[in-house]
Amino acid sequence: MNKHLLSIHDVSAPDIVRVLDTAESFREVGTRIIKKVPALRGRTVVNLFYENSTRTRISFELAAKRLSADVINFTTSGTSVSKGESLKDTALTLQAMGADAIVIRHSSSGSPLTLTRWVRGSVLNAGDGTHEHPTQALLDLYTMRDRLGRIEGLRVAIVGDVMHSRVARSLSFALAKMGAETTLVGPPTLIPPDATAWGVQVSHDLESVLPKLDVCYLLRVQKERQRQQYFPSVREYARLFGLTRERVTMLPESALVMHPGPMNRGVEIDSDVADLPRSVIEEQVTNGIAVRMSLLYLLLAGSAPEGGVTDA
Amino acid sequence: MSASRLMDEDEVRRAVTRIAHEIVERNKGASDTVLIGIAARGDDLARRLAAEIERIDGTAVPVGALDITFYRDDIGMRAEAPEVHETRIDFDINARTVVLVDDVLFTGRTIRSALDALVDFGRPTAIQLAVLVDRGHRELPIRADFVGKNVPTRKDEDVRVALREVDGQDAVLVEERIRAGGMEGA
Repeated sequence: MNKHLLSIHDVSAPDIVRVLDTAESFREVGTRIIKKVPALRGRTVVNLFYENSTRTRISFELAAKRLSADVINFTTSGTSVSKGESLKDTALTLQAMGADAIVIRHSSSGSPLTLTRWVRGSVLNAGDGTHEHPTQALLDLYTMRDRLGRIEGLRVAIVGDVMHSRVARSLSFALAKMGAETTLVGPPTLIPPDATAWGVQVSHDLESVLPKLDVCYLLRVQKERQRQQYFPSVREYARLFGLTRERVTMLPESALVMHPGPMNRGVEIDSDVADLPRSVIEEQVTNGIAVRMSLLYLLLAGSAPEGGVTDA
Repeated sequence: MSASRLMDEDEVRRAVTRIAHEIVERNKGASDTVLIGIAARGDDLARRLAAEIERIDGTAVPVGALDITFYRDDIGMRAEAPEVHETRIDFDINARTVVLVDDVLFTGRTIRSALDALVDFGRPTAIQLAVLVDRGHRELPIRADFVGKNVPTRKDEDVRVALREVDGQDAVLVEERIRAGGMEGA
């Protein structure tokens, strides 16, 4: 494993398998009455969130706490993009306080990479701009493997605003790495022109794709994009690309419906569809804690100060 | 590396049978007893002991598997995060006698970790320890209640238990240490 997790490109296919296998053990910990193990006792994990994200922050916080690490939440909600000196000064402060890992969410693509220049600890990207959100992709892979028994050969559609979605990017890269077949579906304005270079197919017709899928992965419609005229109206988007109760019947019996949350019920997904047994959206959340525990464990438990002891 | 054989298939089988008898005798039957094997190999031994106990006493004893990785005392002191195995304890351990089962007792650090892990699952009446091989060199005040074989070893030797379930055959081997192994086999 690399020291940092900035992008899916930092992890090899065997690394991904190791992360998912280790997460399996951590999921068992989550079923115990005492959902806590002492693996990272005495370590400090900082959640540095320059963008609001309650779910991801809580998920990381719970993951670190269940590993017995000390957690500091450093939130700068409402501030605009703060680059250069201010991010640097924050980084140096956290460094001086002895942070072993920094989980960063930032609206500027590449800030996690920049952060690695100033801190000695591990940096985990919890979403940077329109770049990547690797931990989300890994928890999605975990959920697919858990439900369908494999990742290789799965046919997955990622539907919606791929252009502005760091989730779509990370997930596409991860699926390609694991040998799944991915199709990006959405209006042409929301599919990046270079997407075919990601090793994926592109379609603008959801209904023609649905019958061939193992997983239908819906992205959140970012309503602010409508004001920027990427699509004419939210209603039209819902009519063409929403997973309605009629469309969901076009999926094969065993196919899953996934969503990274938070959902816009009635826009990208009908409310009834979100509550079907095949919708594994809550499982994604539960699995997210186990996968983030696995990542924190693998990144921190192996970070011996001077190459490690050789004998007990 | 030359490996010498400390126990062969028959000896392993006889040791398991004897330990099963001792567990039943010590606990006056096995009705309140559960077996928890430490992964990897301790869990396979625990299943064999359970089968023997059922044969001797007619009691079906619950068997669980415990991975102690997250409770190790050397996490963060190694260059690579230790590999994780499965934990599966799908029964209540409160007010039961837990027999912890491991293949080799060495420094005692694995058992210390296992005791910490077990109390997160409940409060057993008693915890006993069964091992196939006790090779000495304890670093903690821990001893086994049931021992298949006591084997004097040098500290720089490795004692390796092979089991049919994972290795295709039953044997206990001792060999010169190939690599520094931390808590391996402890």
